[in-house]
Amino acid sequence: MSTPEPNVPGPVTPGGPGGAETDGEHPGRTAATGQGGGRHRRRRRRGEQPVVPEAEFTSYYGMPILNRPTWKALDIAGYLFLGGLAGGSSLLAAGAHATGRRVLARSAKIGALGAISASTVALIHDLGRPGRFYNMLRVAKPTSPMSMGSWLLAAYGPLAGVSAVTDATGLFRRSGAAATAGAAVLGPAVASYTAVLIADTAVPSWHEGYRELPFVFTGSGAAAAAGLGMLAAPVEQAGPARRAAVFGAALELGATAVMTRRMGLAAEPLERGRPGALMRASKVLTAAGAAAGLLAGRRSRTAAALSGVALLAGSAALRFGVFTAGVASAEDPKYTVLPQRERLRARARERRREHAGDGAGGTGSGDGTGSGNDGPAV
Amino acid sequence: MTDTAAQAGDTGPSTSGGLLHGAQPDVAGAAGHRDHPQRVGFFTDTSVCIGCKACEVACKEWNAVPEDGLELTGMSYDNSQGLSASTWRHVAFIEQRKPLGSQEPGVVHGPAAGAGGAEGMGDFDVFAAAERLGATTPEPGAPAGDGPGTPTGEISPIAPDGRTELRWLMASDVCKHCTHAACLDVCPTGSLFRTEFGTVVVQEDICNGCGYCVPACPYGVIDQREDDGRAWKCTLCYDRLGAGMEPACAKACPTDSIQFGPLDELRERAAARVAQLHAAGVPDARLYGEDPEDGVGGDGAFFLLLDEPEAYGMPPDPVVTTRDLPSMWRHAAVAAAAMAAGVAACFAGRRR
Ligand code: SF4
Ligand code: SF4
Repeated sequence: MSTPEPNVPGPVTPGGPGGAETDGEHPGRTAATGQGGGRHRRRRRRGEQPVVPEAEFTSYYGMPILNRPTWKALDIAGYLFLGGLAGGSSLLAAGAHATGRRVLARSAKIGALGAISASTVALIHDLGRPGRFYNMLRVAKPTSPMSMGSWLLAAYGPLAGVSAVTDATGLFRRSGAAATAGAAVLGPAVASYTAVLIADTAVPSWHEGYRELPFVFTGSGAAAAAGLGMLAAPVEQAGPARRAAVFGAALELGATAVMTRRMGLAAEPLERGRPGALMRASKVLTAAGAAAGLLAGRRSRTAAALSGVALLAGSAALRFGVFTAGVASAEDPKYTVLPQRERLRARARERRREHAGDGAGGTGSGDGTGSGNDGPAV
Repeated sequence: MTDTAAQAGDTGPSTSGGLLHGAQPDVAGAAGHRDHPQRVGFFTDTSVCIGCKACEVACKEWNAVPEDGLELTGMSYDNSQGLSASTWRHVAFIEQRKPLGSQEPGVVHGPAAGAGGAEGMGDFDVFAAAERLGATTPEPGAPAGDGPGTPTGEISPIAPDGRTELRWLMASDVCKHCTHAACLDVCPTGSLFRTEFGTVVVQEDICNGCGYCVPACPYGVIDQREDDGRAWKCTLCYDRLGAGMEPACAKACPTDSIQFGPLDELRERAAARVAQLHAAGVPDARLYGEDPEDGVGGDGAFFLLLDEPEAYGMPPDPVVTTRDLPSMWRHAAVAAAAMAAGVAACFAGRRR
């Protein structure tokens, strides 16, 4: 393919597809076509130097390539948070139930039921046709994480409900114990499938993190549930919650660090603007909450409660950060075009090398999808 | 139409059948249709598009698509801006300071111009030609080397104020009816389905407006209609296909820029057209979306473009997101197990 040089050398800076700032606006509409839609943004992250592909690319009046996700932040980011909280709480509930920590068990069971109920309401509220929510259970499709998730919720919700109600009323203890165990089996799936839900899209900042995002979300879910446990249970019973907070925070922060390093250019929206601020806030709240809980949560009820609130807020901030970063990455054509261009270039290089290697051997399919695991070569 | 649609959706599996990516010669068959007709699609040859928007209008008329905003954008003649729930055909207008190969006035297209058209194009002077217009009509393809003041090797001709000339590209965009359609893969209700013609259609009586298909589409095609709540996109005129008619846009296109037909035939026609354009001195001509080996397994609606796809607002190398879904599920399973093990371990330690 002959690639003509960028056609407009003019010094005009396009309106700028400025992700988070230009929420909803069509960016750079007045820009001449074919112009580099992206500003040169160079910001060095501490400790590492990401390979930034040249920010020159062509776009159609700076318009996004993808359609903006129509999901509402409060509903869907809220759903991601509540799903994690519910899943983690069911695990804590089962552990507390088995080890005789009555108050921790009860608060976790009620927390799980409350969170999963609220998340279902959020999910239905977000539908364009809420009256048709039952169509979610019309088919079971493994290729649709939302379909799988609906079935998962349909199984998990009642279990969480039975578990909480039997505990609160003291009736049907045997069924309650079984339901608690069942909810603990499905809970982690509820927490981790939400990562697949958003990763299975064309949105760069959601899709490119698909390997680590489930770990980020389950870690965050465990931390949130631990936060709720610390908030609600007396310090003598909250020991496992304090340790779960440390475990969850470590998993979340570690996985996030690996993810942003591997995402290449698609990590950028997670680091700038409002999504970036949310992500940083989440990091501080989660780390501080887990550390304070471990150090002071055993002695002081107030410290435990404050740690709990910090952990819950940190988990919520993470989900809103990831959600809004994805929306910002969909709104800027740069995040769609540059990695794809880079991929094409890498493939062309590969093909040239193959041709150079053996003259007649270039009959293979020639595209790099064989391995299935070729992220953007950024 | 609704009946057939509902039926097909109910009987056939709603997934793209087995394969999540790669070439798939028989899409309709893989979706569970037996004795189905040939796969059909569009070949949109943007080199002959004149930007009349007849396709946009015909689509709206036939499919009763509501108004999509009355905005003057300043983006050349483009006021519909892009594909959306209420814009199923979108004509893009691109103004560039680039030469348009032999698509300059006074030059014959096609094999007649052949190699001759390729040379000497750099110094054709339309202004000189325009001056001659009153007296004698210049023959098409007349030798064009008589223009003074046109430096060779530069974009020609140069206007009196020193600007170089404009290349005006037009292209009618549409849903690609992907071989591996992410919108269809992720739809949780089975509202989106694969028709017997190999196209991808939303069943509006089933869609509950979950909005999952919107961010899933790598081309930014399908969208949710705000007042209505459901997702809408091009149906490739499913109702007309059933009656043996061609889609409204193809029917309305006055230059045959939009060609409808069996996909195999369109691919052959497109390859010939690219070769013809290359021979005529338009090296920019290229096909987009015709390759069954590409990231979406080839498009049911593909294009002949005169610039990089992103100049038209299309992704240069789209990949169906569900290609990575098996890996996503595996990672999610491990993450869930890690979470369960980690929290369980927190109870195993000291009893405090
Ligand atoms: S172009 Fe988008 S809306 Fe059309 S079939 Fe492909 S994924 Fe679906
Ligand atoms: S919005 Fe409608 S068509 Fe799109 S995925 Fe949801 S149910 Fe399917």
